[in-house]
Amino acid sequence: MTRQDIPRGHCRTPFYLRGRPGVIERCLGHFRNPETLAYGKPGLPKVGLYKVRYELPHLWQSYTGGRADTLVADIFEFWLDPA
Amino acid sequence: MSHEHEHGHPHDPIEQDVGARKDFILLEMAVRELLVEKGIFTAADVTQQIEDMDARTPAQGARIVAKFWTDPKFRELALRDGKAAAEQAGCDMLAAPELVILENTPALHHVVVCTLCSCYPRAVLGIPPAWYKSKEYRSRVVADPRGVLREFGTAIAADVEIRVVDSTADMRYLVVPVRPAGTERLSEAQLAELVTRDSMVGVAHARPPG
Repeated sequence: MTRQDIPRGHCRTPFYLRGRPGVIERCLGHFRNPETLAYGKPGLPKVGLYKVRYELPHLWQSYTGGRADTLVADIFEFWLDPA
Repeated sequence: MSHEHEHGHPHDPIEQDVGARKDFILLEMAVRELLVEKGIFTAADVTQQIEDMDARTPAQGARIVAKFWTDPKFRELALRDGKAAAEQAGCDMLAAPELVILENTPALHHVVVCTLCSCYPRAVLGIPPAWYKSKEYRSRVVADPRGVLREFGTAIAADVEIRVVDSTADMRYLVVPVRPAGTERLSEAQLAELVTRDSMVGVAHARPPG
């Protein structure tokens, strides 16, 4: 579940995914935290980045595309909660 | 508005630019000149970066796709390590972020976007087109990818899965479109000519031969 939150400052988790359930496909590695990097900090310790898959018909009430259509986004670990 | 001071590099007069963006253009100039003044980098460094970016074109991505189609070992490498594959195909990836190669199949069609800004595999495709950076594309393709693709003249069958890939972090994405039918006898160079920039973003298919 992508966290439902509106923190201050810079973040890389799009609004349309917050509070939505997704499936972790895999870990992409560990990267410096962009939210603190943006303010000139070193961005350490590195944070896990995950490829998360969402089902488009579940993201949008009025979705008119295919039932199997999906969206994947790269989400940092601290934005993910267990569903 | 005229330029009252000399700052050692030529550029177009401000009056030529679109009104609403004047502020951002001025801001960019001011910040750039300040950073040069403070010795963070030199004006020559900026020129070097611009020239480097201008030298990158979709032809580089097309080469990667053509190799992917014709060389199974390269395909394996590309799916495992996009940057290494790009290097092997002749692209300088030293300063580039991670590159992930997305393979389209008859059952799966990828389309790439950056809803947050305009992340794009510049190292292998060069500068993104204006539509890719537009709010319209960025907001609509995640909600109605089939509708957006239709506007590009690209129809995707209902039983094909569309996968929208939002480049939200450090990875950049390059789509390998499905190899067009009837291209078995074409050379790598000929195949590369069929691979359009739009097909590597995912809003179009590769061009058919002939």
